[in-house]
Amino acid sequence: MCGIVGLYLKNEQLRTQLGALFRPMLSEMKSRGPDSAGVAIYRNATSSGQTKFSLATDDPSYDWKQIDVGLESALNCDASINPIDTHCILVTNGPEIDVRKWLKRNQNAVRVVGSGSSVEIFKEVGLPDQVFDRFQLDAAAGTHMIGHTRMATESAVTTAGSHPFATGADLCLVHNGSLSNHHRLRENLRKEGLEFQTENDTEVAAAYMTWKIREGHSLRQTLEQAIDDLDGFYTFCVGTRDGFAVLRDPIACKHAVLAETEDWVAMATEYRAIATLPDALHAEIWEPKPQTIYAWGDSA
Amino acid sequence: MKVLDLSVDGLRHINKTLNALGDDGADQHWAINNPMGQHAIACGLQSPVEVDINGHVGFYCAGMNQRAKITVHGHVGVGVAENMMSGHVRVKGNASQAAGATGHGGLLVIEGDTSSRCGISMKGIDIVVGGSVGHMSAFMAQLGHLVVCGDAGEALGDSIYEADLFVRGDVESLGADCEEKEMASEHIDTLQDLLTRSDISANPREFRRYGSARKLYNFDIDKTDAY
Repeated sequence: MCGIVGLYLKNEQLRTQLGALFRPMLSEMKSRGPDSAGVAIYRNATSSGQTKFSLATDDPSYDWKQIDVGLESALNCDASINPIDTHCILVTNGPEIDVRKWLKRNQNAVRVVGSGSSVEIFKEVGLPDQVFDRFQLDAAAGTHMIGHTRMATESAVTTAGSHPFATGADLCLVHNGSLSNHHRLRENLRKEGLEFQTENDTEVAAAYMTWKIREGHSLRQTLEQAIDDLDGFYTFCVGTRDGFAVLRDPIACKHAVLAETEDWVAMATEYRAIATLPDALHAEIWEPKPQTIYAWGDSA
Repeated sequence: MKVLDLSVDGLRHINKTLNALGDDGADQHWAINNPMGQHAIACGLQSPVEVDINGHVGFYCAGMNQRAKITVHGHVGVGVAENMMSGHVRVKGNASQAAGATGHGGLLVIEGDTSSRCGISMKGIDIVVGGSVGHMSAFMAQLGHLVVCGDAGEALGDSIYEADLFVRGDVESLGADCEEKEMASEHIDTLQDLLTRSDISANPREFRRYGSARKLYNFDIDKTDAY
């Protein structure tokens, strides 16, 4: 099971309503994934020289003030935080690699779940409406969002095992399906220096993409190589800085549908998640072909 | 025309209402508005009623249909008209996977494209697709006709028992035990009749016919290693 959804707003006038338009999409996929839900939203791009981190903790009493104060004094940089429930958006002009090192050494309770210039990732166990409420996403404005509702099959129901998974700067992955070669692939990727927080198969796919992009491949090249290197069932939706990409495995037994109007592009596991979008009745609707990359936005 | 609104009446009320018509539905014309991609709309109808669904539907629409004439003015999800026994289902848009799966009879017309496994395990249904079909279409087909006015994806007719497959465009590959057959005048007549009944305009002489090579048809003790 699992449900995945993506929405890119072409019409700038709709962008103030991104969260409100996206909520029913995610909510409709509740029956496909009641265990956890997560979204990546692209908004409020940082200035040049700054990095935006999405941070998460499992400790409800965690004091986020340790982050900005600690970072500013340790790295002699500017840092600002915006805590929202179990997550926090950190924006800093400290070097990304040093910030990650400092967090790892000094803040064990905190995980980096995303980074880049505009992406923000929020994910938690529970139903999609609860997650949407907790992270105050109804009023969110932005260009695009991807989301996931999880019915866990391959690993535990935890926040860390929830989607989306970050795959690089402003890149993240949601997945419907299950991979069959993730154990071997995880071992190979560990040798390349990648680190894993869970036993989750999608985290391995995300790490694979992170590695390929780090090695200098484009997202399109990465996805083309993933067709050869990943075994199992998948419909992937990859969020990028300026859009999203969709890829299905060669057998394509995991559902997917794409829809487009002059105002928006949407993908979902089932059309009912798209039905509430404005003028969906007149959208062009089709099912994406197997092992074919569909992408919107320049960075794909 | 009588109008049902799925957002107001709910799925079960709509299916119960249409199911209760029986022979009385013969001269009736119903519309279903606001389908909103929901599943199992207009399933199990046994009445010769005419139904128009105004919008895009989810999975298994018009499943198990008998006698009813159902038109979907939009896209259909997985398994439209699955296990249809008789009647007529028409889709004005594209279809997802497994359109007409296991159908025993009736006519399914899809004006757009279908995704993979169109006509999987078909058992007598006639399927006419105005566009193209995806991979593994007519997989294990047993009886009936599949007409494709566009192209067919990989492994057309894999493990086919019987059934006639007509394709106008390119076939990416044929599945195991599926081969091209002679297009005799009787087949052109059959195809013309299917196209006419489907209200799809195409020249039957532009199509090629595919069917079973019947080499997997019976168990052969000398070929045990191949199974």
